[in-house]
Amino acid sequence: MESLTFRHTTTKPLPGTKPQAITGVVASGNLEILLERVLPPDAVEVAIETPIAGYGPVWEAVVADFVARAQPGGVRISINDGGARPDTVSLRLLQGARLMEA
Amino acid sequence: MAGPSAGPDRDRLSWYEASARQRLDALLDPGSFTEALGPEERRMSPHLPLFDLPRAFDDGIVVGTGTLDGRPVYVAAQEGRFMGGAFGEVHGGKLVGLLRAAVEGRPAAVLLLLDTGGVRLQEANAGETAIAEAMRAITEVRAAGVPVVGLIGGRAGCFGGGGLIAGTCSRLAVSEGGRISVSGPEVIETNKGAEEFDSKDRALVWRTMGGKHRRLIGGADAFCDDTIASFRAAALSLIADAPAFDLDTLMAEQARLRERIERFGECRDGTEIWARLGVNDPDAVPSLDTRAFDETVARIGEAAHDAR
Repeated sequence: MESLTFRHTTTKPLPGTKPQAITGVVASGNLEILLERVLPPDAVEVAIETPIAGYGPVWEAVVADFVARAQPGGVRISINDGGARPDTVSLRLLQGARLMEA
Repeated sequence: MAGPSAGPDRDRLSWYEASARQRLDALLDPGSFTEALGPEERRMSPHLPLFDLPRAFDDGIVVGTGTLDGRPVYVAAQEGRFMGGAFGEVHGGKLVGLLRAAVEGRPAAVLLLLDTGGVRLQEANAGETAIAEAMRAITEVRAAGVPVVGLIGGRAGCFGGGGLIAGTCSRLAVSEGGRISVSGPEVIETNKGAEEFDSKDRALVWRTMGGKHRRLIGGADAFCDDTIASFRAAALSLIADAPAFDLDTLMAEQARLRERIERFGECRDGTEIWARLGVNDPDAVPSLDTRAFDETVARIGEAAHDAR
């Protein structure tokens, strides 16, 4: 297993008040994403556990793109990966952010 | 948490396609579910990292309490897509804990949304122990007067120890997509050869383990459309007519299971059993829609029995 953690600062907190959300399933080509509103409003942390080693730069790019688009300030994001493709990861991250905004 | 909001879409959601969380969210009264040991507590498998396998925050099972049509229920839902819904140490411990809590809490029912291939091979000893403990706990819940209703219509079906747990429930509802057995198709083929059971023959699998077959021989007590609404209606009606858990019930079940072996033991296919049951056109059964199938069931005395 490879563990990756990325930290970013955002210009604003993620809208909404929902304290946590989970989306996706740990299955082949899929992943689960747990979001918790536990950080300072301008901070975001994404921690990934993946069985597919060696894709750190791809994860870094997908996470940076998500943070730029969603500005998910205040949220700690934990990922259990089942070998998802970057587009699936991106989709799930945006789904998770949307659930927190509800 | 994740899942559709209230409304018709919620009712029409496919049970087979939905995740464990979506099923619970749509099955129970809106907003009534309270999860125990939720994903934020990160009670994950201590064994899977040894095999370099990914873990799930809830170890593949969601447990908690809620209401169904206003009445309190305890619920457990397996996620069939995570490791085939298989029982590991934490997964099994959560189910057993819920059942033991139900003996104290005395809800109107316990609902088990089973979706499992059986025991997780990477933690098989703990999984086998969990199956045994869950079966014992179910009997204690039933002895306390609380019905335990199994709902089966998921991707993984209900196999291995999950099949044993299903056999311990008060009542079972199953859909076309659901399958119930102990040894699964691939296991039988591996041990006995493709001449005995060809696991690639999906029609054979459904004729011998599928929801319609289980319903016709009384192995399940309700046949559902693949919708949340259909499973909810079945759960409510099965809770209402759950059998007493007493010596008379068990003796009747034992007698019927003995008789079933005598009547059907030599049959080579589901269609032969259905013919002996008195189904007019056994070959047509797999293509019957739910209403036509229910009419067929109503003409067969066997399906009304309690035994599995």
